[in-house]
Amino acid sequence: MTAHIRKPLPAPTLETRPYWDGCKLHELRIQRCAACGHFQFFPRIYCTRCFGDRVEWITASGRATVLSFTIVRRPVSAAFADDVPYVVALVSMEEGPTMMTSITGCAPEQVRIGMPVAVTFEDWTEDISIPKFRPA
Amino acid sequence: MGAADTEVGIVPHLSATQLYVKAAKLALEDAGITKDQVDGLITCASWAEPYIYHAEMIAEYMQIFPRYCIGAPAGGGTTLAMLHHAASAIVTGMCNTVLITMADSQVSGLSRDKAIEAMSTAGHPQFERPYGPPIPAFYALIARAHQHAYGTTAEQRAAVAVACRKHASLNPAAQMRTPITIDDVLSSRMICDPLHLLDCSLVSDGGAAIVMTSAERARDFRMPPVYLLGTGEGHSHEHISQAVSLTASAAREAGERAYAMAGLGPGDVDLAELYDCFTPVVIIELEDLGFCPKGEGGRFVEGGRIELGGELPVNTHGGLLSHCHPGHPGSMFSITEAVRQLRGECGTRQVAGAGIALVHGQGGIMSTHCAAIFGNRQV
Repeated sequence: MTAHIRKPLPAPTLETRPYWDGCKLHELRIQRCAACGHFQFFPRIYCTRCFGDRVEWITASGRATVLSFTIVRRPVSAAFADDVPYVVALVSMEEGPTMMTSITGCAPEQVRIGMPVAVTFEDWTEDISIPKFRPA
Repeated sequence: MGAADTEVGIVPHLSATQLYVKAAKLALEDAGITKDQVDGLITCASWAEPYIYHAEMIAEYMQIFPRYCIGAPAGGGTTLAMLHHAASAIVTGMCNTVLITMADSQVSGLSRDKAIEAMSTAGHPQFERPYGPPIPAFYALIARAHQHAYGTTAEQRAAVAVACRKHASLNPAAQMRTPITIDDVLSSRMICDPLHLLDCSLVSDGGAAIVMTSAERARDFRMPPVYLLGTGEGHSHEHISQAVSLTASAAREAGERAYAMAGLGPGDVDLAELYDCFTPVVIIELEDLGFCPKGEGGRFVEGGRIELGGELPVNTHGGLLSHCHPGHPGSMFSITEAVRQLRGECGTRQVAGAGIALVHGQGGIMSTHCAAIFGNRQV
């Protein structure tokens, strides 16, 4: 776990705590509006479609497709120097929302737009696990 | 009524604050007025020498006592939008003469590595930054999506960098002046696929300033006035992972609003100064600002069309890619260049008969957009 210690460690907030609690259990949680059925990520106090307050946490399927990606050759900071080349991607979740992630479990050059992927978790500390995706 | 740049590039002999004030002095001299005639002041935030009340600090430093004083917190579209905040303040009578001065010292005051790392904090601290995206990665996501959707090529993106460098080669003030070829761009180091080093803008020191007043008063001053004919904004997201689209931007709404206010269209524009933090941004802006249909931006930039002598010269000073990019002030150099072009002061890089210029700024990650249309006559 210590390999990631210098990376920007997410600090869960009142609003995002359920998401990170889910990640710790290796569950990818997003919000669903109980009134209109809209799925959303990032987490928010209200539904972005109907602006109602009945947003609930659900566990997403973890299935997604690659919307776009890049292979980072120059690391953002020294903490990522050992990781290059690494893939930063946007994936479209089966439920609809988009999230940023990394694609692991294949060579960076094998990643393609439209590729089906599934969530996997990288345990950074005892409390923080980072959701990444691998080829499905 | 006044516009000027400081020296740009690597300027170790001036601090960030000194760059703001030097730009201000040069713009006031260009306008032919004294600092005591300024009653409105707008600045942008500085990373090298940050102050919470930045504009107030600059006013204090200059010992001016404005009745309108505001600091822009962020770059690109937000700093360009200060134009219409100034115009609104003048039209509503809040003040008469606004000095907008913006600068930073990203190389000498901050250091290149620290500037690059600081910029990456634009990513969401919980949902983006753990994946280690540097700023070029955000734009690489956009570039690849556009490439996938429309067949845009690396050569087409490179043509943007080549055009900017060609123009910078004619601009003695520019930071990077040695002409480059498409092959030079493609053989430069890959930073974030598909963006090469030469698809990325510079890290610089420098400042620029303008002086604005009402059209009526502007006629009484030293220089022939350049008129702000129309301006508009568009906003779609802050974080790229929340963007509605990776390939279409709120530059479309910003442009439509600016054209409507000016009563002009893309066909009336003689030159464009487009925000070019990365080459694919220019391609998308050309589409969204109506210079070509959606998806045709890559083909539009081919064959020298955006170079001097082409159908639509773009970034005649060299842009952020080759002139300079000190961060938040980036858009200001597009304004000062547009003013110089519309006055006919640009020598070997002058666009013949330039009467209407469009300036576009974008900030965040294709998040916030502002377009402004300038003319050397009222229309």
